[in-house]
Amino acid sequence: MNLATINIAAILPPLVLSLFGIAVMVLEPFVNEQRKSSLGWLAFAGTLAAIVSLIPMAGNRGQWYSNLWIVDDYDVFLDFIFLLIAAITILTSIDFLRREEEMNHPEFYSLLLFATAGMLMMAASNELVMVFLGLEILSIATYVMAGFRRADLKSNESALKYFLLGSFSSAFFVYGVALIFGATGSTNLLVIADALRSSEIQISLVSLSAALMLIALCFKVAVAPFHVWTPDVYEGAPTPVTGFMSVGPKAAGFAVLFRVFLTAFPSIEDRWGSAIWMVAALTMVLGNVIALVQPNIKRMLAYSSIAHAGYVAVAFAATSNQGVSAALFYLLAYSLTNLGAFAMVTIVSRKDDKLVDVTDYAGLGSKRPGLAAVLSLFLLSLAGVPGTAGFAGKFFIFRAAVESRLVWLAIIGVVTTVVSFYYYLYVIVQMYMREPHDEFSDVRLDGSLKFALMISAAGTVYLGLLPTRVLDWTATAALNALR
Amino acid sequence: MDLFTSNILTIVTFTPAAGALLLLFYDREHARSIRTSALIFTLLAFVFSLYLVARFDSSNPDFQFGLKVPWIRSLGIDYSMGVDGISLFLILLTTLLTPLSVLASWSIQNRLKEYFIFLLLLESGMTGVFASLDFFLFYVFWEVMLVPMYFLIGVWGGERRIYAAMKFVLYTMIGSVLMLVAIIALYFIHGNATGIFTFSYPQIQSALASGRLVLRPAIELWLFVAFFLAFAIKVPLFPFHTWLPDAHVEAPTAGSVLLAGVLLKMGTYGLVRFNLPLFPHISHLFAPLISLLAIVGIIYGALVAMVQPDMKKLVAYSSVSHLGFIVLGIFSFTIQGLDGAIYQMLNHGVSTGALFLLVGIIYDRRHTRLIEEFGGLANRMPVFAAFFLIVTLSSIGLPGLNGFVGEFLVLLGAFGVNQSRAAFAAVGVVLSAVYMLWMYQRVMWGRLENDRNAALPDLSGREHAMLVPILVMIFWMGMYSGYFLRPMDASVMKLLNQTQAGRVEYARGLTK
Repeated sequence: MNLATINIAAILPPLVLSLFGIAVMVLEPFVNEQRKSSLGWLAFAGTLAAIVSLIPMAGNRGQWYSNLWIVDDYDVFLDFIFLLIAAITILTSIDFLRREEEMNHPEFYSLLLFATAGMLMMAASNELVMVFLGLEILSIATYVMAGFRRADLKSNESALKYFLLGSFSSAFFVYGVALIFGATGSTNLLVIADALRSSEIQISLVSLSAALMLIALCFKVAVAPFHVWTPDVYEGAPTPVTGFMSVGPKAAGFAVLFRVFLTAFPSIEDRWGSAIWMVAALTMVLGNVIALVQPNIKRMLAYSSIAHAGYVAVAFAATSNQGVSAALFYLLAYSLTNLGAFAMVTIVSRKDDKLVDVTDYAGLGSKRPGLAAVLSLFLLSLAGVPGTAGFAGKFFIFRAAVESRLVWLAIIGVVTTVVSFYYYLYVIVQMYMREPHDEFSDVRLDGSLKFALMISAAGTVYLGLLPTRVLDWTATAALNALR
Repeated sequence: MDLFTSNILTIVTFTPAAGALLLLFYDREHARSIRTSALIFTLLAFVFSLYLVARFDSSNPDFQFGLKVPWIRSLGIDYSMGVDGISLFLILLTTLLTPLSVLASWSIQNRLKEYFIFLLLLESGMTGVFASLDFFLFYVFWEVMLVPMYFLIGVWGGERRIYAAMKFVLYTMIGSVLMLVAIIALYFIHGNATGIFTFSYPQIQSALASGRLVLRPAIELWLFVAFFLAFAIKVPLFPFHTWLPDAHVEAPTAGSVLLAGVLLKMGTYGLVRFNLPLFPHISHLFAPLISLLAIVGIIYGALVAMVQPDMKKLVAYSSVSHLGFIVLGIFSFTIQGLDGAIYQMLNHGVSTGALFLLVGIIYDRRHTRLIEEFGGLANRMPVFAAFFLIVTLSSIGLPGLNGFVGEFLVLLGAFGVNQSRAAFAAVGVVLSAVYMLWMYQRVMWGRLENDRNAALPDLSGREHAMLVPILVMIFWMGMYSGYFLRPMDASVMKLLNQTQAGRVEYARGLTK
């Protein structure tokens, strides 16, 4: 490859993240015990730098590096979501790691930055091997983060489960890539798309390949019936990691799903369209119904995250501009809200994952009214009360579904939303309508957590009341996904 | 128009919300200033709404004080507001009952800062429902209003408050989410037919009325059902009423007053505003069935009210009965019936609101609402008994008081369409006299036998302040009904014409 084809600006955000990640690792031995969290702030600065570097990247639209790498609005918007997720997760983790002393290893931040770099690669891939690379970088870093509470059995279980099932699904993905390479002679999405439009392809081979990739990605985004790993993994992982897993890999997985299926496989939509329909319906029903009976708030939010993946799948099933646009909006709205909720769980829980049952929130409303009000905001947004980001997102998704004549899917969607009200409101019931059995006196709200909450809460309200600007952005971004 | 007048609806709607925002910064220890501020903001909203009424042009059937600002431009969503003769007095009712509810909440001790914040937000939500002219905006207010009500019932309610609050939210939600899908569907049907993608109510409505947009019968049926379900649950029409007694009994006094006084009206308002003009053909087709449900509700509600040992539950079931009258009037498709229905919405808000206030006054003193605990209260509390009597008589429709006008017009409208319907509904009038007077007799008359009632004080100054405005309304609406009916007439006539025109256009569209 000669130098002329190297375009640094186009890959600047993942580059910045990787450099900061390495810097954090290298500096670690030189920082004394008390000042470990300063490396967290360094990592946070890394995400901010990466967000700024989106600007030069956005100026370099097009395909780069032998068409492996693509820069377009779709990519830029998703990168923005990923970096926001990373930034909020770091802010949530700084205090958490300090509190859980045995976990206070700044490699954590490096892993998080690498994982995010992997997500950025997934969104920018124009090519299936590249997608796989990004996927693996993301996954391996996340496996380690899930098991970061090394002495804890549950955390180990979480990491092992995630690793085994994750590798399994990665293998599915590679098989799918191999088969499509066999059928079309390329792994480039546009070449595949062209090849599929010609008549001389083995449709059975292509379908099998698409099915394998679909299954692998469904594992990653945790939609039914490939969601079974989620609750255990989410419950065992350290809380900020759970928050990250519930939004980051999910958003990245959907980024790839849209990119691959809407770019490479639109011509055989009749073969996978109905599968998405069923996946979406099943996910919304299962996620919401099983969430009803979860006593542990992390498990409850795990099932709720499955349900939310179902709503994004509804937008996917619409296979339209509006659908992709709504999905992108929803991913941003859901990420902000859910990270806020997990930040709150981090605040209320104690060392070694104590106080993570829903009933432990009893009386939070009278003891800590501010915290309870913010958590209520997040829960109402997850449930989809108008005026919040969650409602705007759901509204756009159902609108896209009706536009694509998926009225039944929209009806299943809204009805399961009502089911979800029950379990979200149940937390509010605990906070406001039950007597406290804890003083919550040692609940501390440190600077970084406060900052994380402020970003999430402001985003939740802003997207709920004034969604126009972001919606315009997602609409342009969606044009790139459907080519 | 000057800036104030052109924004008057926004001002009326958001004055309470501004108050809620301000209350956030109050020290929770300063109970007195929190209460006073809440009262001032609700009174301000009331004064602004009086201005609305004063400047309202009765001869104009269209929406007035209109305001339209693009909100989500790419989807055709506007912040669009306006009132016509149908919604005008419902807004006034809201702004009148809320300050009275604030007064009724004077004795709240527990977390009163949050309490008044939610009460103020509730008022904004309710006013917004009546004022919005955009489907999306309407839906936002419609849903958002559930949250403060949920908290009011769930935190400050009685024994089974959590169950009641959850039931209230889930019941209402299940109906309204289907309406959301219907709204989106209507948006696309209208957009595909006319090329204009908008959530604007007047635009979609006029497209339907003028025949530019013709719904296929199956589509119209589904849309009608989705809207109807949302409103029927809210009304609540028999058999969707089971959430109501729970919510009413468990809610604090102010919650009950607003629930009965305003929230239920949102259901009947929705039927008038949306189901009738948007889906005229199916409305006519289903009118007999819906009227039947209304009549069942009238009689069933009255019979169940009769045997209630708890005063609040009695009043709650009487609401099911009274709301049946309103629905009956709406689906008579006559000017009398509709006028009567809207009039009855106001009456019911005033009288039933007052009944809940009165029951709340006793409850504050005795902490029980069981009828058997009382008897002979008139000896101890003569002023209270006098107020109670007037409200009771208003509720059962004594000529000269407000209830009579509404019920009479509804029955007149129903009679014109179907005489047996009117006859059955009239049974409800008789039954309402039975259960109300019987309760009155057991609570007020006789000898004061229960010692615990021996030292009850009569009404305080604050309680007078709560009840006198209602009394004024009861007499005013009873004697000078023309004042209230005149502004309604033009809009109701227009609505009826559109409903008929819609039918004609619809039939023409089918034969094309």
